[in-house]
Amino acid sequence: MSNPKHQRPLSPFMMYRWQYTNTLSILHRATGCALSVGMLLFVYWLVAAASGAEAYASAQQVFAHPLTRIALIGFSFAFFYHLMNGVRHLVWDTGHGFEKKQARASGWIAFLGALALTAFLWFLLCARGGAA
Amino acid sequence: MSLRSPVGKVLGLGSAGEGVGHWWTQRISSVALVLLGLWFVFALLRLPDFGYATVTGWIASPYNAVLLSLLIGTMVYHSLLGVQVVVEDYVGHHGWKIVTMIGLSFLHYVLAALGIFAVLRIAFGSVA
Repeated sequence: MSNPKHQRPLSPFMMYRWQYTNTLSILHRATGCALSVGMLLFVYWLVAAASGAEAYASAQQVFAHPLTRIALIGFSFAFFYHLMNGVRHLVWDTGHGFEKKQARASGWIAFLGALALTAFLWFLLCARGGAA
Repeated sequence: MSLRSPVGKVLGLGSAGEGVGHWWTQRISSVALVLLGLWFVFALLRLPDFGYATVTGWIASPYNAVLLSLLIGTMVYHSLLGVQVVVEDYVGHHGWKIVTMIGLSFLHYVLAALGIFAVLRIAFGSVA
């Protein structure tokens, strides 16, 4: 650290040790990227609906495939996490919530809340039947 | 000696010479997406099924068609801004950075155009 080039502040994960808030932070970026990919499926769904009943029926088969299902569950978690953690970032932008205790608590809320909302969403979809 | 004030020298600067525009639009679009995103999830859950007639009927209603178009536009815009930050962070070579960003922005605009056109086609009832 004697090199003056290195006396600028570094992110905690580059500096000393792992903390779960690091992971929450990178997860925001990862879920954002995932949602960018997820837009492809979303637009595919809309274009299929706009292409007529036959095209929509074949899209429904794609969406009913187990792999697509797993991807959709993943995308819905990414959506809820990015949304909740995004609100957390917006609160930070107002200058609030930076205390270590608050930042950790809000991190847990964002993560567990996203898990709960994802589970609740798929529970509702399955309970309704015809999730296709 | 320059007569420009210190503030005048830095206004509109920033890493890309566009000031805080990128940062600010990212925030504004995120607020819009909280509202539009939650609306979309609730609307999906209120549909009795995801069959062809139900879905196209839902999209065709004026409010839904407009909100869906806004959702597509805002989300593609927000995504492009976010992806740009990721590319700027991880693509080291300046030339590749520009090429990647041009490619990704083309892709985003194609997605937005396809999505909005699909919604309008259903809304205007021109699906065969």
